[in-house]
Parts: sequence; C-alpha cells; structure tokens
Amino acid sequence: MTVAETPFEPKIVAFCCRHCAYAAADLAGTSRLAYPPSLNIVELPCTGRVDVLELLRTFEDGVDGLLVAGCLPGRCHYLAGNLHARQRVDYAQRWLEDIGLEGERLRMINLSAAMGAQFAELATEMAETIKSLGPSPLGTRRAAGEIPTTGCAACGDPAPLLAESAHDRGDGR
Amino acid sequence: MIVAKQKPLSELTAMLDGYRNVLAVGCGTCVTVCFAGGVKEVGILASALRMARRLDGQPMSVAETTVQRQCEAEYIAPLAEGLDEFDAILSLGCGVGVQTLAERFPDKRVLPALDTTFMGLPTEQGVWEERCQGCGHCVLDITGGICPVSRCAKQLMNGPCGGSQGGMCEVDSDTPCAWQLIWERLDRQGLADRLLEIQPPRDWSTSRDGGPRRIVRDDLRLPPPEDV
Amino acid sequence: MMDQLLAPAPAAQAPAPARRFKSGSNLERMLAASHFAVTGEIGPPKSHDADVIRKKAALLEGCVDAANITDNQTAVVRLSSIASGAILVAQGLEPVVQMTCRDRNRLAMQSDLLGAAALGIRNVLCLTGDHQSHGNHPGAKNVHDIDSIQMVRMVKEMRDEGLFQCGEEISGGGPPLLIGAAANPFADPFELRVHRLAKKVAAGADFIQTQLVFDMSRFREYMKRVVDLGLHEKVAILAGVGPLKSAGMARHMRDKVPGMVVPDGYVARMEAAVDGVAAEDKQARREAWRAEGIRICIEQIRELREMEGLRGVHIMAIEWEEAIRPIVEGAGLFPRPVPEA
Ligand code: SF4
Ligand code: SF4
Repeated sequence: MTVAETPFEPKIVAFCCRHCAYAAADLAGTSRLAYPPSLNIVELPCTGRVDVLELLRTFEDGVDGLLVAGCLPGRCHYLAGNLHARQRVDYAQRWLEDIGLEGERLRMINLSAAMGAQFAELATEMAETIKSLGPSPLGTRRAAGEIPTTGCAACGDPAPLLAESAHDRGDGR
Repeated sequence: MIVAKQKPLSELTAMLDGYRNVLAVGCGTCVTVCFAGGVKEVGILASALRMARRLDGQPMSVAETTVQRQCEAEYIAPLAEGLDEFDAILSLGCGVGVQTLAERFPDKRVLPALDTTFMGLPTEQGVWEERCQGCGHCVLDITGGICPVSRCAKQLMNGPCGGSQGGMCEVDSDTPCAWQLIWERLDRQGLADRLLEIQPPRDWSTSRDGGPRRIVRDDLRLPPPEDV
Repeated sequence: MMDQLLAPAPAAQAPAPARRFKSGSNLERMLAASHFAVTGEIGPPKSHDADVIRKKAALLEGCVDAANITDNQTAVVRLSSIASGAILVAQGLEPVVQMTCRDRNRLAMQSDLLGAAALGIRNVLCLTGDHQSHGNHPGAKNVHDIDSIQMVRMVKEMRDEGLFQCGEEISGGGPPLLIGAAANPFADPFELRVHRLAKKVAAGADFIQTQLVFDMSRFREYMKRVVDLGLHEKVAILAGVGPLKSAGMARHMRDKVPGMVVPDGYVARMEAAVDGVAAEDKQARREAWRAEGIRICIEQIRELREMEGLRGVHIMAIEWEEAIRPIVEGAGLFPRPVPEA
C-alpha cells in the first residue's frame, strides 16, 4: 500500500531512429531540456526495424506507454522505413484496442536530428497522456504470475518455446 | 498459395473461453507467405491473447510453435510430446492444417485461428486475390488463362453478363470483370472467335458438389505389406 | 463456328415449321403475324397478396401482348414468378415468366418449367440474374449451375426434342414454351455484345428483350451490327423502354445501375421539367416529372419503330403500371391487334 502513495511515474519506452530522434534526444540532453526521467530510449538503425510483434511484446512486458520516433516524412535514410513504421504503429494500435488497452499508449512521432526541443516537448506530452490514462492495467508478466512464454529462461534460446517441459526434458527444442 | 486471414481477436477470445493453457501452432508454408499464420503472426496473436486474457482477469498461457507444414502428418508428429499439458491447440494453419492436427491428435481440442479464404496470389505487396476454386475440371485452356469459376461472380461459362461495365464487375466496381479480361486476352491473341462457341453446362461433380474429393495415384502408393 | 453463327441469314424465306407454332402463345402469334409487339412488365409484391398482381395486370390488359413477371428482381425476395404467371393466366393476361440462373440449379429449373407449362404459361425469359449482393439477402449462396445461354439451349432441347438436360426423354413431350433471352447493348465490352446475342440466338432464343434503351446512338450502332449479321431475321428483338419517374431516378440510373447508360440530355430534360414548379409543391413536381417521363418514352418508341431489325418494344414501368396505357396510346400502338390462332 505504500506504493499507492508514491506518485505514478509512467514507464515509457521510446524506439528512436539513430539518424534523427536518437540524436534529437541527445541534443535535448546536452541542451539541458527536461524530459521525463522514466523514458527508456532504445536506439534503432531505422524505425523501419520496428515490428508489430515487438510493439505488442513491449506492452505485454508491462510498459505504460510506447513512443516510436522516426525521421520526418521524406527524410528516411532508407527511403521509406519511417512510413512502414507508421503503418505498423497504426496496425498495432488496432491490436491494442482489440485487446482492451488504449491506443493512445502507443504513438509515432517524426523528428529531425536538430529538433531536440520538440523531442523533449513530445516526450513530456506523451508522459502527460499516460499519466492521465494511469498505469497499464496489464501490470507485469511476473506480477500476473504467467509462465514465461517467449524465449527460454533456462537456456537463453530466443526461439519460441514448444513447452517448458520440453526444456526440462532436455530435448533441445 | 492458400490465402487466409486471422479471425478477429474477439471471436478467438470467445472461442478460447475457459481454456487456461493453449498451444498456438503456426505453419511455415502458405500462411507464412500471406502473413496470416507464420512464426511472427503466432507471436503477435499469442501475445495479444495473453494480454486480453490478463485484462479479463482470466490469465491464459499461450505457448508458441510453428511447424514447416501443418498439412502433413509427419511434420506435426513431433508436437505429440508435451501436448498433454495443453487443454487446446490453436492452429494458425489453413483449414487443412487444422484438420490434420485434429486427425493426428483425436483427443485434443483443435481450434482454428484463421479464416481460410482462397487459393490465390499476391497482386501487390499486401494484396491477395483469388485465382482458383479447385473445380476439378480446369477450363483455363478455353478462357485464355483467366478462371471464370473463381473470378466471375456468377461463374458464367458464356459470359460476360449484362452487368459488366467499364471493365468492372457488377458486384464491385473495384473488381475487374473476368469476362472482360478473358475477351481482351483472347482478342490480343487473335483467338476471340473462340468465345462464340457455346460452352455446354458443366459437370460440377468434379467440384465440391460431388462431395469430398480424393486423388489416388497407384504408382505412388506403398505396396501392401504382404507383397514386400 | 464463327461463320456459322455470324454469317448473314439467307434471304428471308417463308419458314415452314413442322408444328405451326412452338408455343402458340399470343406473343408468338403476334410476332408471326409481323405485328409490332408490345410487352410490359409486372413486379410481384413482397407479400402473398394475389390482388396486387391482379390489379397490376388489370392496368396492362389490352395494352400489351404479354407481360413479363420478374423473378426475385434485383435479388429481392418476392412472390414467385410462376405463381404470379398462373394468376395472370387465370385473368386472361399472357405472362412471360422470368427465370434466373441465380436461384435454381438445373433440376429446379426444369421442374419449374414443367410446372409453368402445366399451369398454362407459354413464354419464359432466361436470365443470369442480378448478383445477390445487390438484394435483401446478400449472405445467400448463389447457384449459377448453368448460365443463361446454357439455359436457353436446355429449354429449347426440352421443347423441341423432348429431352431433359441429362438426355432422358420427357414423357409426353417437352413443354411448349416460347424462349426469350435478354440483351444489354450498353454493357461492356461493346464488341462482345452482339456476339453474345449471336450465341443466344444459336442456343435457341425465339425473342430478345433488351435492357432499357436511353442511349439511342449506341443502340443504333448495336442494331446496325445485329442487322449486318442477319441476327434480326433469326430472332425477334424487342427494345426495352421505360418512363423516367423523376430527375432523381434519371440520375440514379445514369450513375448507379450497373450496365445502364442514360445520356445527360434526358437527365437535363427531366430536371427542366419542373422549372417554374414550386419546390414545396411535391404533387405538382411529381406530375410534371411523370408527364415528361411518359413524353420521352413515347418519343423513344416512335424512334425505335423506325429502326431496322426491331420487332417490338418491351415497356418496363415497374411500380408505375398506370403509365403503360398512355405510353402505348401515345405511341400509336393502341388498340392491340388480335393475331389469328
Ligand atoms: S477452371 Fe477450375 S481448376 Fe481451373 S483455375 Fe478455375 S477453378 Fe481452378
Ligand atoms: S460483371 Fe463480369 S465478372 Fe461480374 S458477374 Fe458479370 S460476367 Fe461475371
């Protein structure tokens, strides 16, 4: 119950493209612009690397919000990675709503490397949105007491598990 | 290829109501290339189901695996091990995959996660179209390589009907009229005369109307054990 | 094959059929006597109320040589066309029963054709049928076991050879039915439309009723090709006409109905018909539109009567059967002649 008294600090993950948003986040930092401390930045070679599966699994793992930050339209270093990312984010949003989560917990933004101030602003805005939505009702998988089902805790094999017992029997799947 | 699409999540959660431990099985062939039931789609669906059930306060474990070809017993045989702990198999294979699993594991509940829709091809990235209904008596030789059974909404053999307009079918203005395509193609090849021939009524007994179909190749069957 | 189908007919000779009439229907005798035929159309109700049919039939009596009865038209369930046809027979108005390939397989078709003949029906119009997605049961499974051309041939073999489609003999001989088919000169591809007509003729159609004709120049072009191939000698072609009810209907038919071409000129005329009529006066606008619709229809019939190769008109005034009489009278086609038996 002590937890309830500490103010809710949303766990937000930002998938940032190395060529723009990641540099913008850096710029925000070096310019001493404040953005939410609980923002976890993950550097990607391009937002085109983002996949619906990773977006969903990130939520399944218990984040409260997820930001995908790519280059301005027309400025992708790989031509259309940011456009693909946008389509996948839209698709993943529909999944979230079907699942019963608010689509606003996932958002795509577009920035250039010079837009440090905008990064800080948008990240803060996202944090506000998530604060108003409250923590993810999913909680964490551990809290939910679920058997881990992706990757293998025992051997580190990232391949999907057939069944935990298969590992226990050491049949190598 | 066989083209399928995933059932809506709400239909699947209703179907899986009461199950606690499910094995989602993908297929590495047709439904992988149409992005309906490969490794990634199994991952997405399993994750979505787990989350949806967690939110409902009825957590369900969904394990994931994908076999290379769900429609052949040999490929699914290894699933037998460890299957006891699951109360159901959720197949992301086509309807054939689902039934292969059901036949191989008679005591297991096997549920379909996909709506198997047609035999077709991708016409552009992200778009698939029907091309064949497996009618059992192919007429593509007569119709210039364009199938009137799967592509004409009325399965006409002496088309086009009176609804063909501007090259499009009366059913949907985004769908080309199969008979317009047939005519254009035969005309380009100088074979338009062929369309003047009256095609007689078809024998649909080769199609699904004759009941489940079966092909037997004696040259390929295993010799009876007493002869070996 | 092409030569056979498309070669101009030999110079018209007096045909000497073994049986004087194929069906003996009024329509057949009218055509045989070289009268300019007039057929009408009745849409059965979406109920079991036979009086609706009787009332509509009364409006057509004396104005048409036969009346089509639609078969679940636009894929909307209605009182059966054959049952409606029997009601007409009882009343003394000759029916042309429409039958689509959408709702029946070959068993049901043949059984219903025998039934129709047993009930005194003598004309059948073989149609593909509108797709069910346009109707009130879009989730229905369509049949399309055979198509309309195959159906024409099937009915012909039943009638002339006394054979079911499977080749078995029909005891007591085939049903005496005059075989009609539809033609849409306005659908695409245009080049194929005459060929498709030729196929229907080769399959055994006795008469053809066309889709509503509004685009006269395209129809003229179509008829020219028909005449060049001599098809008009082998089949009686009745041009479809119908009065426009309002400017809105004209626009709807121009823009929304598959396989229909309505030139802008007619839409403009319908729009102009209510010039000077107060928008609030719904009744006056309705009358102005309807009067113009009838006027246009009469003009069209007069023009069509002059066109080579046409043997009659088919007037479609569904849900407005009152319009038939003024149209037939206005076109100078009233009273209808009585052909010899
Ligand atoms: S004609 Fe039959 S077998 Fe040939 S493509 Fe069409 S449905 Fe398939
Ligand atoms: S418009 Fe063409 S494809 Fe559509 S039902 Fe008619 S003939 Fe078939």
